[in-house]
Amino acid sequence: MDFEFSEEQTQLAESLRKYLANEYDFEKRKAIVKSASGVSDTVWATFADMGLTALALPEADGGFGGGAVDLMAAMEACGEALVVEPLLDNVGLAARLVARGGSTAQREALLPGVVDGRHRLAFAYLEPGRRYELDAQKTTARAQAGGWVLDGEKSVVIGAPSARVLVVSAHTAGVAGQPDGTSLFLVDADAAGVSINACRTVDGQRAADVTFTGVKLPAEALVGTAGGALPLIEEAVDFATALLCADAIGTMKNANDATLEYLKTRKQFGAPIGSFQALQHRMVDMYVVCEQARSMAIFAAAKVDEGGDAGARKRAVSAAKVKIADAARQVSQESVQLHGGMGMTEELKVSHNFRRLTMIAQRFGDADHHLERYATFD
Amino acid sequence: MDLGYSTEEMAFRNEVRSWLADNLPADLREKVLAYQHLSKEDLVRWHKILDAKGWAVPHWPVEWGGTGWDITQRYIFNDEFGLAGAPGIAPFGPAMCASVLMRFGTDEQKNRFLPRIRSGDDFWVQGYSEPGSGSDLASLKTRAERKGDKYVVNGQKIWTTLGHYGDWIFCLVRTDPNAKIRQEGISFLLIDMKTPGITVRPLILMDGGHEVNEVFFDNVEVPAENLIHDENKGWTVAKYLLGHERMGSGNVGASKRELQTLRELASKEIKNGKPLLQDARFRDRLTRVEVEIQALELTSLRFLDKMRRTGQPPGADVSMLKLKGSELQQAITELMMQALGPDAQPFVGVEDGHVDEYRARMAPRYFNYRKTSIYAGSNEIQRNIIAKMTLGL
Repeated sequence: MDFEFSEEQTQLAESLRKYLANEYDFEKRKAIVKSASGVSDTVWATFADMGLTALALPEADGGFGGGAVDLMAAMEACGEALVVEPLLDNVGLAARLVARGGSTAQREALLPGVVDGRHRLAFAYLEPGRRYELDAQKTTARAQAGGWVLDGEKSVVIGAPSARVLVVSAHTAGVAGQPDGTSLFLVDADAAGVSINACRTVDGQRAADVTFTGVKLPAEALVGTAGGALPLIEEAVDFATALLCADAIGTMKNANDATLEYLKTRKQFGAPIGSFQALQHRMVDMYVVCEQARSMAIFAAAKVDEGGDAGARKRAVSAAKVKIADAARQVSQESVQLHGGMGMTEELKVSHNFRRLTMIAQRFGDADHHLERYATFD
Repeated sequence: MDLGYSTEEMAFRNEVRSWLADNLPADLREKVLAYQHLSKEDLVRWHKILDAKGWAVPHWPVEWGGTGWDITQRYIFNDEFGLAGAPGIAPFGPAMCASVLMRFGTDEQKNRFLPRIRSGDDFWVQGYSEPGSGSDLASLKTRAERKGDKYVVNGQKIWTTLGHYGDWIFCLVRTDPNAKIRQEGISFLLIDMKTPGITVRPLILMDGGHEVNEVFFDNVEVPAENLIHDENKGWTVAKYLLGHERMGSGNVGASKRELQTLRELASKEIKNGKPLLQDARFRDRLTRVEVEIQALELTSLRFLDKMRRTGQPPGADVSMLKLKGSELQQAITELMMQALGPDAQPFVGVEDGHVDEYRARMAPRYFNYRKTSIYAGSNEIQRNIIAKMTLGL
């Protein structure tokens, strides 16, 4: 048994942490969030230089063949700094889908550019009014003239505004031999008929609702076999969820550290407020819940790396996400409350941690969603 | 025991309801229901409509323009206000400063300030908290030095709600820095915000909104006649006021309206092909909130009934209304955000993009309502009050 990170994993996280401390402090992050594109190409290039974009991709595609455990410590560092660049959305979702489901030609066309940071991808799968469901219903692809025609709408696609290519899930009913399936397609973000309605999320990321109107795709835009993409999507979303759990640990740790420091330094009634037992116990609970969440994040990362039984993987990831969602809620709420009014302001990072943790609790399914999914695989 | 309202009280409720239906401007109601920002003009316009009806300051004595309603009628009025989606009347002037003036003001001070509070001509704000003095208010440092017939004020206040709307600010200031007991060196001073030396700086909260401010005082000269009660007796005034602040803090009417909005939202959102409202997990959480609202409303009514029979305020237990009222408002805004699932994420359109503004307000509202367990005496302080005053711990 070994719960420690390897020397390589620790080193990567430490050099990333050092870089972020210098180049991604609170003020610099704020400037990136407010910039036109909302992402820093310089930061992205550095991530690529450090190997973050390559780490979890297969060696055959220019990657290092690593997994979620290899990325965990680095994701935690990203969480501490509240990184808004769509790392998880590339290495955890879009690029992973291409790597695991794509043809040699598709992988050669897209993955080297992801590895060296030349371009980004985004995964468009959520649909309006369908919450966290992973199969495609409202976006359809019809086979036509040796290719496909794509119609429909995807919502809150994180990273879409700066992506060159979108990986899009679509319903392909009516395809011979595949009566009712979900398929994946590669779609150029600037293709005719693709409309990107960009927004900034409440936690400072860039996302978009994407509409497809009669988008003509060649046959080779299909990733894998028609109608058979759901298991692939489920695997990638579980992998990304495990990374999100690691990211959450970093943000919770940061919120807890800031709160502890505040309890030690803020004085009221002639004493540091951390001397009051009522607040001490709440700080202890925040610490305990974060450690419990860390254990579950490690478990989820290990299970997605194991491969094998999909049911066991889903149970592990859902268990972790339930724990992380609850912990994120408790830590975010308590860190603001214990900071008092200052915790409510834009000026303190605590409020930014709060927003990020709130959104993490809901992304890829909230606690209710994962409680239900967990029970399905009893 | 009779838990119902009397026939007369029901008739009164109908009267208030139909008046609100006829006189609450549609644009203001829309703004409230869509969770939009209310300008000073919006608030003053509504105040003046109420004043024309004689309902701007229902709780005041009749000779100053009050209604003479009993406490149950006032409760019903507030409840209907919340249910109708009427903009709240900022409490700082009509509820807080006025209470102080009635109790401690000289006739001159009453005549000078009360009519303009009633009419909405003066917008009042509150200068209590300071950067180093939040829960521990008595440690406040803003200094007021007596020089002839003036006080010269230097220092800083923080969390001044709607300070940027303020015509006047009532402040707790330190007049005797050498007092042995620090509570005995504090005075209650009324300050015209147009006085030279006052700077108001916005503090942006995490929902992106501007409602609180810092207020800086740099050699601000205040006529000594603006002192309320005796010099160094400001703490007595402040304590008197704190009880007033909490009685209306349950916000039951508004919470009932919001619960209804949540129910409508959850009946439109779809989970696994069915309305979210039919999802057992979500419905249970919504029902718990509904039960909590009932419990809070009944507790409020029990307090009212006791007040009516004894003529005494409920004392420290009124803190429980603030505790449960704030938790309820937070629970409702949280459920609204969770009802949206992934759609809770978009905040603002960029690069010519746009967002559904109503839905995009749900997460920021949840963020904003975290303030309710912090302001007006944090929930930790409310628990301290019950522990000490009621339970004798």
